[in-house]
Amino acid sequence: MNATVNLAAPLVEPPVDETTRKLPYLMAIVEAQRQLLAADPNVFVAGEDVALYGGVFGTTRGLIDEFGPDRIFDTPISESGIIGLGIGAAATGLRPIIEIMFMDFVGVCMDQLVNQMAKMKYMFGGKATLPVTVRMMGGAGMSMAAQHSQSLEAWFCHVPGLKVVMPSTPYDAKGLLVAAVLDDNPVLVIENKLSLGVMGPVPEELYSVPLGKAKIVRSGTHATVVATGRMVAESLKAAQLLAGERIECEVIDPRTLQPLDMDTILASVAKTNRAVVVHEAVRFGGFGGEIAAQIGELGFDNLDAPVGRIGAPFSPVPFSPVLEQAYIPDAGRIAAAVRATLGK
Amino acid sequence: MSTPEAPTPEILRDLHRRMVRIRRFEEEAGKLTEAGRVPGALHLYVGQEAVAAGVCAHLSDADQITSTHRGHGHLVAKGGEFPGMYAELFGRTTGYCKGRGGSMHISDLSIGMLGANGIVGGGPPIAMGAAFSNKYRKSGQVAACFFGDGASNEGTFHEAANMAALYELPLVFVCENNGYGEFTSQARHQAIVDVADRAPGYGMPGVIVDGMDVMAVYEAAGEAVARARRGEGPTLLECKTYRFYDHVGVKGMRIPYRTQEEVDLWKARDAIDSFEARLAELGVLDAAAARAVHDSTLAEIAAAIEFAENSPLPSVDDLLADVYTNA
Repeated sequence: MNATVNLAAPLVEPPVDETTRKLPYLMAIVEAQRQLLAADPNVFVAGEDVALYGGVFGTTRGLIDEFGPDRIFDTPISESGIIGLGIGAAATGLRPIIEIMFMDFVGVCMDQLVNQMAKMKYMFGGKATLPVTVRMMGGAGMSMAAQHSQSLEAWFCHVPGLKVVMPSTPYDAKGLLVAAVLDDNPVLVIENKLSLGVMGPVPEELYSVPLGKAKIVRSGTHATVVATGRMVAESLKAAQLLAGERIECEVIDPRTLQPLDMDTILASVAKTNRAVVVHEAVRFGGFGGEIAAQIGELGFDNLDAPVGRIGAPFSPVPFSPVLEQAYIPDAGRIAAAVRATLGK
Repeated sequence: MSTPEAPTPEILRDLHRRMVRIRRFEEEAGKLTEAGRVPGALHLYVGQEAVAAGVCAHLSDADQITSTHRGHGHLVAKGGEFPGMYAELFGRTTGYCKGRGGSMHISDLSIGMLGANGIVGGGPPIAMGAAFSNKYRKSGQVAACFFGDGASNEGTFHEAANMAALYELPLVFVCENNGYGEFTSQARHQAIVDVADRAPGYGMPGVIVDGMDVMAVYEAAGEAVARARRGEGPTLLECKTYRFYDHVGVKGMRIPYRTQEEVDLWKARDAIDSFEARLAELGVLDAAAARAVHDSTLAEIAAAIEFAENSPLPSVDDLLADVYTNA
């Protein structure tokens, strides 16, 4: 069932309370697409196994039954072709939702993403409009090893012309995807496979979470923790641990990495005077370095300690669960980093 | 727009005009580069005019094309105007891309020209996407994808070819086989002689045509475009042609990667010279009338270059404009 939708002015970040319907992250993704497809005939979905099979993660399940094969397209395993399909369709008036099954597969379509999709508008003097959304599943934790587990968001945040979002909750999974599809720019939506079963409040109407707006997910006064994707949940766990030690963390989820809402982060650091940035991606060259650098440049006078950085070690994602568990940042490591910035 | 019968005199004169406009645009652009008046790298289309002219003559402004690094000829053939084109080469605000793209990204979406492309093989997936959109929207539009023998070795071509055939998209793959991928001869970059041989592997027809014969290109392209418009899927049209200038620039590096004898052999088959002889034979356009087309084109070009050179340079304040829509 789809509520009546005004695509020109969707609800923006509607409030939730105890009565709000709860959905898993996975179903929030499906619902966003279903409502967008129902609202706009120019929206279509294409990707590997997205139609008949409903997506290997189930993120497009049921769409083929409701919208049929003229709106939901299974593609060959041809990532460059799939991205090109999205570019050509967007440049000629459609609003594609493209799925790249695992984020790791961007390696076989980087030219289309980086040299074509990202740059077409600028290279053509602003005359091209590319409202294309590319969804991709990132993250480790399922023993899928080095080629099915990465967090490569930093690659894309570095490319002018792209927008990058990383939903951490079911609420954002729906709202950011809606915002991405309604945006007239190429937007990469990096979802997280371990978050798929996470439950949370998701309003039933179509709504958007504005791109480029961070969210303070927990208020605190002693240290600011800036975390992305699944690390938001880990940071909240760390904050709970630390609360028992009378350390109150402010946890911020940028939600959109490009463009990045530094104002919210800097305002928090001005209050707490300490910051730790956390992501699941490899620490070296990771997106956390950018946030830390900007805090240093723009908030230096407010800092009482160096900015801490938590990320994965400099290695491919390992297969064996014991190794993988050691590899992925967790609440314990985040808490330790917060204590370190406080000299504890 | 398919014409199984012989092309009318109007069509023949139109083909001639398109080819002359490309040739003259390129020759003058080459001179500007040589004189250091325009910045950057220039990949001249001279020698290959019959291909762009013969294909684009079948396309309306609503039909789309994707192009290559050697893209000026495709834009001229699609209806691009000289002032905006030269202004782009000069990096001026009046250029097709407001000076942001230059030669390698010259484009005009308003006439379906989805861009020259600095990446060999960058275009085929995008053309396939445009053709997908045409079918999705049931618009009756056709897309054509220009690419070279070099790009036929890129995975992007193969992915786009497979998907276009699978989805029966209104698309014509136009391979301009000029015998070289940059400076590497075809014999040294692929084990086949005819790129069209790859078409059956994807379930589409492959057609080989003399790319120095504009009437042959026009006829074969007419069939391929008509087939696409009828909803019968893509065709791979391989046009055997030749690049008179180097891969890049006018004089090149003088490194003997091809022989002068070979160049002379192809120049003797110049598509414009031979077509003019044929038009004279047919009584469609005599030598004086042909000359007049060249002269009026040159006059138009002189005015366009003057316009371009006198156009404003971009303001540095606008450096960051147009990275995003509604930024």
